[in-house]
Amino acid sequence: MVTLNSYLTLSAVLFSIGAVGVFTQRNALIMYMCIELMLNAVNLTFIAFSRYLNDLGGHVFVFMIMTVAAAEAAVGLAIIMALFRNKETVNVDEINLSKG
Amino acid sequence: MQLLMFYILGFGAVVSALLLVTNKKPVNAAMSLIATMFCLAGLYVLLDAHLVAVLQILVYAGAVMVLFLFVIMLLNIQEKEGRLAGSTIALQFVSILGVGMVFVIAASLAKVRGALPAGGELYPFGTTKAVGSMLFTEYLLPFEIASMLLLAAIVGAVILAKRRISDAKP
Repeated sequence: MVTLNSYLTLSAVLFSIGAVGVFTQRNALIMYMCIELMLNAVNLTFIAFSRYLNDLGGHVFVFMIMTVAAAEAAVGLAIIMALFRNKETVNVDEINLSKG
Repeated sequence: MQLLMFYILGFGAVVSALLLVTNKKPVNAAMSLIATMFCLAGLYVLLDAHLVAVLQILVYAGAVMVLFLFVIMLLNIQEKEGRLAGSTIALQFVSILGVGMVFVIAASLAKVRGALPAGGELYPFGTTKAVGSMLFTEYLLPFEIASMLLLAAIVGAVILAKRRISDAKP
């Protein structure tokens, strides 16, 4: 029998991998993908607890997270496109517009 | 059987997540993320979340990742590495899709029930009917707010991505 702990552990592992990716990758697009991976890990936690507690509220929360992730992807990719048009790069080390 | 499926899908998710974070090419990273999402969809099926599993494939692996690939190919970023041939990308795409579908079908055929040591078995757990009725009664206001959020995101993306009118004129 798969226990709740197994799912939580897997979710934690995936979230950690995504966090490592955000900090190690320098390509803005891959950083966005790592953020999506972290959101997915959180979704897995919600679903596992929803099953454990026999409560469908977690599914509704996952629905909302998916909505936010889609909105985030649309706006974020639009920002990356505008940035690429101005700076000709998506490497975050070369983008320092907010630097004082 | 259920434990075996959990290990297979969890291992696949972790391995493809590792491939995602260690990749230098955005297209390969996107393919790894699609594989991760298919594995997670299989895990959702194991957890009786059928609607969420389908939404995961449709919205994440479908819409969001196609948007990512669209932007990657539109920007045509040269990261000091040769471009992949179109056939290679197509082969990767199809193979990942196939593997993912095999996982999802196998998980749904595994006669899973009561994935966790939970109490009573709610029969219509995680089906479209159950989640939908909850979404349109108890969580109606958040649902409407989510639609407003999507509208704002559409407007924001269009405004950010379009060129200035002075630039567009020849």
